Formats: sequence, C-alpha cells, structure tokens
Amino acid sequence: MRSPMARNLGFLFVLISVVAICEASVFQPISENHRSAALEFFSPVDGSFTSLEEAYEALRTFQILGVEKNTVSSTSTCPLVVKNLQSSSSPQDLFYALKVNSFLNCKVEANTFAGIFSKLQAAVKDASSVLDYYYSVGSLVLIKDKGAEGDALLVDADGTFHSIKALSHSDGRWRLNSKSAESSIYAAGLALEALAGVVSLSSTEIDPSLIGTVKNDVVKLFDSLEKYDDGASYFNEKLTDAREDHGPISTSASVVRGLAAFASVSTGKINLSGDRILGLAKYFLGIGVPGSAQDLFNQIDSLYNLENSRVSVPLILSLPATVVSLSDKNQLKVKVTTVLGSGAPPLTVKLVQAFQPSSKDTPLIENKELKFDSESNAHSLDVLPLGFDIGKYVFVFRVLLHDSEHKKIYATGGQTQVPIFFTGSVKADNAEIAVLDSDLQSTGNKKKLDLSGDTSLSLSADHLQKLQLTFQLITTLGHSFKPEQVFLKLTHETKVEHIFVVGSSGSQFEIVLDFLRLVEKFFYLSGRYNIQLTVGDAVMENSFHRDLGHLELDLPKAPEKATRAPLQPVDPYSRYGPKPEITHIFRLPEKRPRQELSLAFLVLTFVPLFGFLLGLLRLGVNLKKFPTSESSPLVHAVLFHVFLAAILGWYLLFWLKMDLFTTLKQLGILGTMLLYFGHRTLSYLASGSSKQKSA
Amino acid sequence: MVKSTTTTSSTAKDAQALFHSLRSSYVATPTNLKIIDLYVLFAIFTALIQICYMAIVGSFPFNSFLSGVLSCVGTAVLAVCLRIQVNKENKEFKDLAPERAFADFVLCNLVLHLVIMNFLG
Repeated sequence: MRSPMARNLGFLFVLISVVAICEASVFQPISENHRSAALEFFSPVDGSFTSLEEAYEALRTFQILGVEKNTVSSTSTCPLVVKNLQSSSSPQDLFYALKVNSFLNCKVEANTFAGIFSKLQAAVKDASSVLDYYYSVGSLVLIKDKGAEGDALLVDADGTFHSIKALSHSDGRWRLNSKSAESSIYAAGLALEALAGVVSLSSTEIDPSLIGTVKNDVVKLFDSLEKYDDGASYFNEKLTDAREDHGPISTSASVVRGLAAFASVSTGKINLSGDRILGLAKYFLGIGVPGSAQDLFNQIDSLYNLENSRVSVPLILSLPATVVSLSDKNQLKVKVTTVLGSGAPPLTVKLVQAFQPSSKDTPLIENKELKFDSESNAHSLDVLPLGFDIGKYVFVFRVLLHDSEHKKIYATGGQTQVPIFFTGSVKADNAEIAVLDSDLQSTGNKKKLDLSGDTSLSLSADHLQKLQLTFQLITTLGHSFKPEQVFLKLTHETKVEHIFVVGSSGSQFEIVLDFLRLVEKFFYLSGRYNIQLTVGDAVMENSFHRDLGHLELDLPKAPEKATRAPLQPVDPYSRYGPKPEITHIFRLPEKRPRQELSLAFLVLTFVPLFGFLLGLLRLGVNLKKFPTSESSPLVHAVLFHVFLAAILGWYLLFWLKMDLFTTLKQLGILGTMLLYFGHRTLSYLASGSSKQKSA
Repeated sequence: MVKSTTTTSSTAKDAQALFHSLRSSYVATPTNLKIIDLYVLFAIFTALIQICYMAIVGSFPFNSFLSGVLSCVGTAVLAVCLRIQVNKENKEFKDLAPERAFADFVLCNLVLHLVIMNFLG
C-alpha cells in the first residue's frame, strides 16, 4: 500500500512545481536544448534535404546557434543549387537557391548570374503580388550581396517601391495581391522586407516621405500585437481563408524579419517602444523548444533579428533556479542576458520588493541591490540574512543600466515579477496519540510519537471511544507552518481506506475521530486498522508519509440495512500478471516385476509345449498321410504350410511394426493363396480317405 | 465285489474302478482325437501358467495378459469344436468330412489370432 501512496504524493509535488513554473514567467535565453533540437530537426535524409528552403532554414539556424554545419554537405546540396540557378525561372526557386548559395558558395558559372539578373528584373516588372516582389527583390539583393554582377541595381526602384506600397492597407497590414480583399500581417512582414530590398537596390535615394509613411505603417501594424499576461506579445491573424493562415509563430517571425530589414536600410529610428520588442522576444523565448523544424527556424531567426535590429535590443532577466533551499544556504541568482544568451552591458539588478502572494501590500523587503559577480556573470542575493521563511514569494526585479546611452538601445521592460520558492525542512514536534473515552476527559493512555520515522503503535478502541492525534509543525525559524497536505489514513484489513484531513489551529494540528459517529462510514467493520500520517508541501523538503501502527477497533454488529463496504478493486497485477506456473504430473510408470521372474515364466510357458510334443511322440504320431508319391499334391501341401507360416509371420510383423490396414491388404493376398492350396491339399486328402472307405 | 470291505475302501475301489474303466475305454479312442486332447491340454496349461504369473506379479499390462489367456482358451475351445466334428461317434456330423472340419479350425484360428495380435498392444 505504501508505494502507490508515495507515488501519488510524488505526482502531486510534480504537479505543484509544474504549476509554479507555468506561473513563473521566467524566460530563459536560448540554450543547449535549442542546439540539440536543431541538430535533431535538421538532420537530412541520406545527406540531402527535400528542398532548398529546408536547407536554407537549416543553414541559417546552425549559423545563428553556432552549430557546426557538418550535417549540410555542400557536395549533395550544391548540384541542386546550380541546377535551379541555371534552369529554373520561378523567383521562389531562385531565391532559395541564392540563399543556400550564400552559405555554401557553390561553384556557379559567372554568366549564370547575368541570366538570372535579367530574369529577375523582368519578374520585378511583372510582379503583381507581395510574394512575387518578396522573392524577386530578395533574389536581387542576394546577387548584389554576392557582388557577382557588379553593381546590380534595380532599374525602376522608385516605381517598384510605389507599386509595393500600393498594396498596403491603412492599418499597417498588406494585401497579398491587388485582387485580394483581405489584408494580412504575414504579408506585411514580407512587404517590409521587399521594401527594404528595394531601398538597398535603389541607385538614388528613395523619397524620405515615402519611407516615413512606411514607418508609420509599421507602428500601426504593432497596434495589432496581442498580449499574454506574462508580458509576451505576438502577432496572430484570423483570416477567412485558412490556407493563407500561417499561425502566430510564422506571422510574428515574418513581421520581425521585415522590421529588422527595413530598420537596417532606413535612416532614423522607427518609433516603437522597447516593451513591444521585449514582448515579442518573450513570446519567442516562451515557446521553449518548438516541436518542428520550421518553428525552430522562425524562433531562432526572429530572436537573432530582434537582437541585431536597430530598433532596440531586448534584455532578458532570467533565473537559473526559482527554488531556493534555505537548508542548503543557496543564493538567489539572477542573470541578465540578450535573447541569444550573450552578455549585457554594465547594469545593476535591483530587488524592488518581495512579498508573499497572500499579502501583496506588505512587502517583506524593499529596494535591495544585487551583487554582481563578473566571474559567473550573475547578480546574486544572499537570502539567508534577510529572514525569509519557507514558502512561496514574489520577487520584483528592476534592471538599471549604468550608461544612459544604453537606455535608448536596450529594452529592459521595467519591472519583472518572479515567483520564488524557499524550501526547507519542517520539524514535527509534540506528537501525541491517545484513545479517549466519550467525555474526552479521562485520558486513558496518551502515547508520545516520534514522527521522524515509522512507529509501530498498537492501540485498541471501541465505538464509544475516540482517537485523538495532535502534533506541531514548526519551521526552522520557529514559525508555525501549514502544509498543503495533512492527511490521516486508516486502512482496514480488507483494504477499505478512510482518509481524514487533519485540521490545525496555529501551529497545533489536531484530529479527533469519534468512532460513534463514524461507525456507518466505517461500514461496521471491526478489526485491525493501519494508521498512516501524510504531511506534504512543495516547499517542505522533508515531506513525509509514516506508518504509525495499528488500531484494533471494536465496532457493533452491522444492522441489516447497513450499507456494505464497497468491493476493493482487484490488484491489476493479480488479474493481468503472470499466472502460477503449471507443473505437469505425468502418469507414474507401473510397477514391473523383476526381469528374472518374467523370464522364468517365459520358459515355463514353453513347458506345456514340450509336454505336447512328448505326448505326440508317445502316441506315435507320424506324417504318413503327407503326400510324397505324387509331385503336385506334394507341392500343394508344402505351399499350404508355407503360406500358413507366412500368415503367422505377418501377424508377428503386425504386432511389431505394421498397422492394421497394410497388414489386412497383404493378408488378403496371403489368405487367398492359402485358401487355394489348403483346398487342394485337403481335397486330395479327402479323396484319399473316401477311396479307403469305399475300398 | 467283496462285501466285508469298509465303505471308504469301497469308495476308493469304486473310484479306482471308475478310473480303470475310463482309461481302458480311452485307450480305444482314435489317435487323432488323442492328439486333439493333448493339444487342448497344452493350451489350457499354457493359459494356467499365464494366470499364475498374473496372480504373482499383477495384471499390468492387462491387455497383453488378456490376449495371452484368451488366445489359449480360444484355441482350446476351437480344438474342442474340431474334436466334436472329427469324432466318428457323433452322428450329427456324419456328413462332414474331417478335412472340412480341419479347414474350419485353421480359418477360425487365423481370425482369432488376428484379433489377438491386434489386441496385444
């Protein structure tokens, strides 16, 4: 019975800690988990990826994460790149081929780029949708970056800028093409990136007022950010056409990419508050390790773009551990890093206040600066002298940048609330158990209990008595402690269980079981009850589950109408577990006599035969009637005896090895022959005797 | 017969006389019938020996014991039948040739022993 209960307890603790983590809203920067996930997701089948898009995503993710890109071999991917560059006319294929090529530097003939360049110029001219612009302009930018085609510039940059801008909507979203009525955020991201490309490809400067309107569009677009309670914010759109719905991760990533690209080419700052950028960063970090390769690429790429964009760099306050053990004298550590985990500029972390969730208005600590340890790059707080008791607290931190210039670049997001658990051991004291008479006065025999280990009490009570259990729970600081779980369990021999919640007043826990009231609940089951006490809490390091002993309960007989105890579930192991092994009992061999005795009797059975033969000699038997004179009767007589012997021989064979059917077949032949020769022989003899008679 | 002899001696003598007359009349029996009698005795004694063995050791394997004994008893019965048919005193079988009776005997024996062999196990 012990182990399932212990398992349940363990499960409860896990549940509590999971809930705690969910509430925590502590965002951890990119870690090793992402690196191993990237290696797992982007593992090509047979050395090559299914598409160049996937290959690009893998290469880009590995580049940002700093993972060795051995898994993407240029020997297997390059042929596809060259093939696409030479033969494909679709801007999308060219775009991804150029993207992969920028990583792998495949051997592409110089004149190939010239052909692509003119193809793309034509594509830009004919483009009608945001996607067309995105791929063709993007490809041109890649060719320019490669420097393969000299100063590759867009012919009519201004016109292209205008025609892309024409697709925009007043709320900052973009229509995918001129025909579609619906505008989307995803398309806005693509359009921003395309516009950035046009700006970088333009030979002359684009009209600043045009860029200014696009900047306004971006700000308007950020008004449609949706927010979570923990400060994370993201873009999500609900389009009527589900095929064009890309999901929040993809949509947010598209906007971030567009924003970063546009911010890098435009002069002047885009007027976005740091909190919004930080919210997006928190959203991407809050995903943890995503479940698919595409999501991982979007997450990593977006975080990289956020960190390197000219808008503002989000700084993330993270805690390696939100559970601090008071008995181990742990320090509370706080790290401030960028989203990809690199170091932050000089700054101070301040504990604004710390309070218990139940009493928000009375902070326990206010305005305490954390010590910075440059070796571990962490800000630490020695919590022991601050007088925290075990329990759950909320800590509010604020990041203060030292350099005022940095305040414009970095987004720290004001105050950060973090739930912190302080754990420690709790002392169970003054435990007493007693069986009382009904008036509660005459204390029969109070027994002291030691709750540090299992005890083996032996109590007895009848239905007029009561069982009283009292104990105290005191923390190391001497305060009373009320755990989440304090249960007393009585288990009858028949496995019927009764669980009681032990109430408390102050530090004193007490439960009185009045058996007179409980007889019905106990199903009038007299006999031996095992007593177990469970005390558990998430912050209690020594949560326990003790066997206290047993209680012999003498209850009155059940009246006829009383409810019976429910049937206890059968242990599944006994039902589905292995059955007892079957032992086969074979028939014992019969008792055999000694061999000598059997052989003696074998010889004895021949004695009558000898007697018979002797008797025949005495009688003077002869073979005078055996035909000798004539040849054919002689042959017949001999054959008659031969076949007789043959049949007897066949009987012997039948007994030794043959089966009935083969024997009968062969016997049929032998029998016919015997019949024939027997008939001839006997008729010859009969004729002889009849002649004698007549003579 | 002497009258003064005691009852016991007279009984003994009677028995003796009876045996004597039986023996003298049996001498007159034809040789072929004597052969059959001898054969019957041989079969019965063989059966008795097997029964003794069964009494001493036990009836396992029972079917083998049964086939052994029944083989002997069946042979004896068939031989008795043959004797009845061959005996010239029996007017009932006057028309039956002894060769025919012998043929019957042989055939019955073959059938009997086929069954016996099958049952022997």
